[in-house]
Amino acid sequence: MKRIIVLLPLFLLLAGCSGNWGWYVVDPSTTNGANNLRFMMSGAYNTVLMSLTAILISITVGLLVALPGLSKKKRWRAVNRTYVEIVRAVPILVLILWVYYGLPQLSGITLNVFWAGVLALALSDSAFQAEIFRAGIQSIGKGQYEAAQSISLNYRDMMRFVILPQAIRRILPALGNQLVYMLKMSSLVSVIGMQELTRKANELVVSEYRPLEIYTILVLEYLVLILIVSAGVRWLERRMNSSEA
Amino acid sequence: MTDEPNLIEMRNVSKHFGDFQALKDVSLDVKLGERVVVCGPSGSGKSTLIRCINRLETHEAGDIKVDGVTLNDTQESLYKISGTVGMVFQQFNLFPHLTVLENLTLGPRRVLGLSEVEAKKRAMLYLERVQIPDQADKFPRQLSGGQQQRVAIARSLCMEPRIMLFDEPTSALDPEMIAEVLDVMTELAKSGMTMVVVTHEMGFARRVADKMVFMDKGEIVEIGAPEDVFTAPKSTRFAAFIKQILNH
Repeated sequence: MKRIIVLLPLFLLLAGCSGNWGWYVVDPSTTNGANNLRFMMSGAYNTVLMSLTAILISITVGLLVALPGLSKKKRWRAVNRTYVEIVRAVPILVLILWVYYGLPQLSGITLNVFWAGVLALALSDSAFQAEIFRAGIQSIGKGQYEAAQSISLNYRDMMRFVILPQAIRRILPALGNQLVYMLKMSSLVSVIGMQELTRKANELVVSEYRPLEIYTILVLEYLVLILIVSAGVRWLERRMNSSEA
Repeated sequence: MTDEPNLIEMRNVSKHFGDFQALKDVSLDVKLGERVVVCGPSGSGKSTLIRCINRLETHEAGDIKVDGVTLNDTQESLYKISGTVGMVFQQFNLFPHLTVLENLTLGPRRVLGLSEVEAKKRAMLYLERVQIPDQADKFPRQLSGGQQQRVAIARSLCMEPRIMLFDEPTSALDPEMIAEVLDVMTELAKSGMTMVVVTHEMGFARRVADKMVFMDKGEIVEIGAPEDVFTAPKSTRFAAFIKQILNH
């Protein structure tokens, strides 16, 4: 409810500039406007599906890359550093183009637009996830490792039952940030033709020629998605904190 | 007591942290069922000594044998002593995201392969021994320091170790909670557990210890039965130390 109140001034402001606006393109009371709106919102499914798939992959890869970064052995740490530094240095848009147009030539595997997008997003995000996990795991005190060792847990069980559950609670806000980031970055996959929110908006702009109104709606679409994610992450944090201070 | 076998044998053990020598040529035997209290000023190497016994620290020179297994860099030696040595820490080190019961059952289930029912049964048994069975479903932060340390003792006991190590178990506690932890430790000693305890609680040492060890600057300076060392210390360093401790 509070959120709607916050957004209200924005709507009023936009509605107030009626002279230069042509809201009719997205006016739900007209057939054309309602169709346009429905067309725009139909991209949400792909945006969400692509972002969620990508974040699940990037969390998994990120964790697997973070673990050697915590090793005492220099060689393992070097593997972690190399991955993070290289992947982090590639702009997402470039990575998307490279995976979609470059990878088939290199490997003979042609990915469809969806999987090319997911792969590029996940790869790019995994470097950041690796850093988040490394910091989170490093924030767990030495005493927890020693206690785990003193009851003879092996490395896998120590990580699985003692260290990671505590680390994940601590990095939850950062993971939420990455999901928000992912939702926004997924708009770039529109350049290879993915039918997500931004692509739909672009297509509509071409036929209706009202970029101002259509892109404003696009902004609001992302805003709503991201507010939902924020609320979800906060709910999860509260739930986890109720069991541990 | 004298004809019992040695559970722990340390021979000429040395250890450095950078330039600082934490242990200098330390030799110590602990027999089955023996209670050893280690004391000494901070930085004297007493914590390092017991941390070497369960391999939280690795020694550089000398030999350590625990229950007949020589400790070295192989995973095999660690595997063999796993479950043999229990440890209680100054800061308790309970797992904050798990309930008391889950803290106790984790090791037995994952390491000893007990079923959930068996592990719970065993956990409740030891919670009763440390006199807090009613706290089983609470989280560590909901307990007092003394209760947390008793849970930590129970967590170690659930692995049914042959040796229990205590690293200043009452140093982080408020004064009124020290007694409840020492009582549990005294009970444990009466049951015949082999114990090595690093502590400044001299009353406990007098009551419970078979052997007193005084360390200073990484060396064992004085060693003997408590009634002997307290009444007639051989070294001036130990004499000065107990005078300080008893007069504070």
